[in-house]
Amino acid sequence: MSFEQIVFYIFSAMLVSAGVLVITLRNPVHAVLSLVLAFFSSAGLWMLLEAEFLAIALVLVYVGAVMVLFLFVVMMLDINIAAVREGFARYLPVAALFAVLMGVSIVLVVGPAHFGLEQVAAPPPAAADVDNTEQLGLAMFTNFVLPLEVASVILLVAIIAAIALTLRSSRQTKAPKPELQVRVRREDRVRLIKMDAEKGA
Amino acid sequence: MLSLSHYLIIGAALFCLSVAGIFINRKNVIVLLMCIELMLLAVNMNFIAFSHFNQDIAGQVFVFFILTVAAAESAIGLAILVVLFRNRNSINVEDLDAMKG
Repeated sequence: MSFEQIVFYIFSAMLVSAGVLVITLRNPVHAVLSLVLAFFSSAGLWMLLEAEFLAIALVLVYVGAVMVLFLFVVMMLDINIAAVREGFARYLPVAALFAVLMGVSIVLVVGPAHFGLEQVAAPPPAAADVDNTEQLGLAMFTNFVLPLEVASVILLVAIIAAIALTLRSSRQTKAPKPELQVRVRREDRVRLIKMDAEKGA
Repeated sequence: MLSLSHYLIIGAALFCLSVAGIFINRKNVIVLLMCIELMLLAVNMNFIAFSHFNQDIAGQVFVFFILTVAAAESAIGLAILVVLFRNRNSINVEDLDAMKG
């Protein structure tokens, strides 16, 4: 067994077991942590496929940002685990049946009979001076420049939507209203009264 | 030697696992979101495997866009979840019947 195959089987075993843990663990925090493990092991598999930039982006962006966001939300919400777990055992058989049926049918299609080494030959390993990041950047900023811009707009929409959804409206907080403050004129605040000086005794 | 079908089978296994997860955790919105992330990961695995074996960088560009959209989706999904929990004090899918669906 070659070194590549050993690495592949180790990472695949980690990936599948982390996936099983994600869907079966009782505590959502532990489930998020096993999802992190799943992302790490698939980043390892992507390294084997010579997609170095995406592997690093998966670890940095996904594990570093999205999963931490998940962890924050899961830890902030006080979830009644018993209530959300009911029905787990009831749906387990039908879920297992469905998953096995689907898995068998997919594997029949993508198995070694159709996508083995005879049908799709393995490409030669990339030379040492081939830069995956450069290739990806060249493709993204030439052929895919319009989708790239659309993706950035999608990220902007996500930022604005997340803030707009979770921002508490100003009715609930006591804040000064600047538009009323600047509209104030002298007459609203100062009243001049003319009165005679009092005579001394 | 590792063939394309090795990676495709791993992707398929991951996808089936996450479908099973959606079945058995149908009360918990957080786990549903995590299962969707897992599904997208399985799809990305297929994209990268095909990109490598066909020597075509476009597959990796697509993975990049899928990662972008998935990040946006989970950010908005979690924001909705936080607002939901603030209003209903629950993330049970059964309690979300305000629309009588």
